[in-house]
Amino acid sequence: MRITCPICGERDSREFSYRGADVALHRPDPEAGEAAWDDYVHLRDNPAGETRDMWYHEGGCGAWIVVTRNTVTHEVIGSELAAEVAR
Amino acid sequence: MGDLIAKSACDGLLPLEIGGATLTEIVFDAITSVAPWRGHEQAVSDALKSQMGAAFPAPNRSTGKAKSRAVWSGRGQALVLGPPLEPIAGAAMTDQTDAWACVALEGPAARDVLARLVPIDLRDGSFKRGHAARTQLMHMSIVLMRTGADRYGIMALRSMAGTLVHDLETAMEAVAARG
Repeated sequence: MRITCPICGERDSREFSYRGADVALHRPDPEAGEAAWDDYVHLRDNPAGETRDMWYHEGGCGAWIVVTRNTVTHEVIGSELAAEVAR
Repeated sequence: MGDLIAKSACDGLLPLEIGGATLTEIVFDAITSVAPWRGHEQAVSDALKSQMGAAFPAPNRSTGKAKSRAVWSGRGQALVLGPPLEPIAGAAMTDQTDAWACVALEGPAARDVLARLVPIDLRDGSFKRGHAARTQLMHMSIVLMRTGADRYGIMALRSMAGTLVHDLETAMEAVAARG
């Protein structure tokens, strides 16, 4: 599997480590209520199809990136810097 | 106090010449990391130009010449290899002179040797002279730069110098054995 880092270009997946779904970028407001926080902390989708997850370019530039990929076809569709998604 | 004997990172390990590749250590007078604060990128680049004759490198690039080079080393950060720097306003700077093992791999077999160890595309079309990369050599994080048609600079953390030389030596032997 090859992942395109927005800074370094196409790289081998061994340079990246996986964090999980990009929920960390959608942290609810502290006052958002129990349901929102329960969802944020515990509930994860398991999509057959397109998913967005966070990868760390550990063996490269050290950027956190959000990768859009398809869990059915294994196609890597795109990637963005997490810093820009969160902004 | 008596003079202490300074040992380089690869002391006793290099140079090596195996087949069509040679591996030598490069010892710089100084290695300094330079990280411009947000909004100060241009001013820091100008200051670097006046101090060591090379601009702040773009991502995945190096600037300058053999004894005075700046290489991109991560987001918003470059390593200046060669002359010691005066402090630059608007940049976070750290002396890393003794923190790195720096080697040059050169010769007609150099790229074949690297291709066994590094998971990036090293072909002429994608990794040219003046290009640089943060990547891995085996499982070790390195700074890689192409400094000539058949010449590459490799930097690894100093504590990994023995591993760096061992991995390169093994690959050099394997490439040479294929003739």
